[in-house]
Amino acid sequence: MKNKRFNRSTCYKIFAVAVITILAIAFAFPLYWIITGSFKTSAAINATTPQWWPEEWVMANYQKLFSRQVAPLWEIHIPFTGIQFAGPSVPAAIRWLLNTVFMAVVAMLLTCATAAMAGYALAKKRFLGRTIVFSLIVCAMALPKQVILIPLLREMASLQLYNTIWAVIFPIVGWPFGVFLMKQFSEGIPGEMMEAAKIDGAGEWKTFYTIALPLIKPGIGALAIFTFINSWNDYFMQLIMLTSTKNLTIPLGIAKLQAENAMDFGLIMAGASLASIPIIIIFLIFQKYFTKGITMGAVKG
Amino acid sequence: MAASKKNPMSKALVRRETIAGYAFMLPSLVFFLGFVIYPMVQCIITSFFDATMNREDIFIGFANYAELFQDTVFLGALRNTAVIVIVSVPVVCIFSLWVSSVIYDLKGAACSAFRCIFYLPVVTGSVAVTVVWKWMFNNYYGIFNYVGTSTGLLDKNINWLGDEKYALGCIILILLTTSVGQPIVLYVSALNNVDQSLVEAAEVDGATKIQCFWRIKWPQIMPTTLYILVITTINSFQCFALIQLLTSGGPNHSTDTIMYYIYYNAFKLYRYGYGNAMGVVLAIIIAVLSAVQFKLAKKD
Repeated sequence: MKNKRFNRSTCYKIFAVAVITILAIAFAFPLYWIITGSFKTSAAINATTPQWWPEEWVMANYQKLFSRQVAPLWEIHIPFTGIQFAGPSVPAAIRWLLNTVFMAVVAMLLTCATAAMAGYALAKKRFLGRTIVFSLIVCAMALPKQVILIPLLREMASLQLYNTIWAVIFPIVGWPFGVFLMKQFSEGIPGEMMEAAKIDGAGEWKTFYTIALPLIKPGIGALAIFTFINSWNDYFMQLIMLTSTKNLTIPLGIAKLQAENAMDFGLIMAGASLASIPIIIIFLIFQKYFTKGITMGAVKG
Repeated sequence: MAASKKNPMSKALVRRETIAGYAFMLPSLVFFLGFVIYPMVQCIITSFFDATMNREDIFIGFANYAELFQDTVFLGALRNTAVIVIVSVPVVCIFSLWVSSVIYDLKGAACSAFRCIFYLPVVTGSVAVTVVWKWMFNNYYGIFNYVGTSTGLLDKNINWLGDEKYALGCIILILLTTSVGQPIVLYVSALNNVDQSLVEAAEVDGATKIQCFWRIKWPQIMPTTLYILVITTINSFQCFALIQLLTSGGPNHSTDTIMYYIYYNAFKLYRYGYGNAMGVVLAIIIAVLSAVQFKLAKKD
């Protein structure tokens, strides 16, 4: 009797794993199709019988992608003087990639720095108005963030930040998920350690820097990778805030490419590879932290 | 104990803690108030105005809201959004729970490999995912039509995205592939955190696997389920990139969602006030739904 049940559950397990393996292949297929598609000849792409594995590998799509538009590699404005320096001309796609990396890195650094401090204060400081601030954060998080894009656009226009990368970065930094996450992590800092530091004469900042910060480091790692990936893929915000060719991000650039050359699938797949491969590699490297960030944020909803 | 010790020096302490607290909060508050709360307040205010580019806003009271409920395209978008939410939320929850329950105790790297693959469409990014699906759904060069016709499932090529009958279904399918990644990660971690001693005790008492799951594990992963319900609902409501890149709301408004219609009004017609009114309505709907989900989950 017992043996029979054991067998049945093993059978189910094998069957279920087989089904999930097939599903996993289906989930990975679009990515496979992007990468192989980017190396196919246009004849192979426009054939009515698809080539499951490219018979001939070509770089033509990438060559086309890189020869389409040019943009200066960088531009530095010195405020209030009107002086600016521009870098050498490069294919626009390279500039888009650079814009995206810059945006994601700056958003990540600013988010981590501000959220670590704020989360620590919310968890460990008993200040007046703390509950009000915290409920405001929780309420804001439950609302759809895309609803605020219209007022945000007008605000950025009046701050003269419209069509600059900062218009995308600042709202990402303001989004309170990071503060919430860091509060969860900071709850775990033992009060005795802070008391001890205080008795030893450490000031507020020193207590934070020497006691709290090392303890919440794993949390900061999780938040960093989470912010990096999410800002890279935050298409709606980028679409609204960035317009001129040189200011686009790579996802936005690919979307524009698609709008202009709807039927040149090889070219579009080359762009899609360029937009997704870097972020996938980063995800695979830091997967462990990323998973932690997702699960920690959910612990208390 | 600690609280009673603090009481005598509370005044000075509270002041010090308050100053320190806000000092630590300050950088974050600047961004939060400036780029989240201020636009939210603006969103509500502007929804009572006729607002567009390069002109002073004109106060029109509830006119935007009144127009909203007579706008057939908006009502259609509301219906499409409801269909997306009603289909995708249960499917995402059940599918991810099933996958997680199978993979969470797999040996070695298998579990994390599966988790990773199901998360891939999220990391790949909505733009890259959408453009490849657009190709796969293509009338002439797409693999769906090829596989369908060569296996005999379809007798002729279907214009998937250009046909009112299929377009919304195609969008929901893509949305599903990009929505299950996070719930699977959450469920796997929740199932691993289930109190093993309870499970073992139940097994000793002769509980079957299925009884074990529903009686012991299910109540313990309830908070995770609730969180997944809420985030999946919010994400489904915000479905935008897919629509904008695949169909632009067409054919004949059959794939308009609220989020896309807001975008269309605000950034194509420059009717900011009207768009904001829709945003407020959307926010209210989501808030009510989240509250209901919380209430239901608390009752269980």
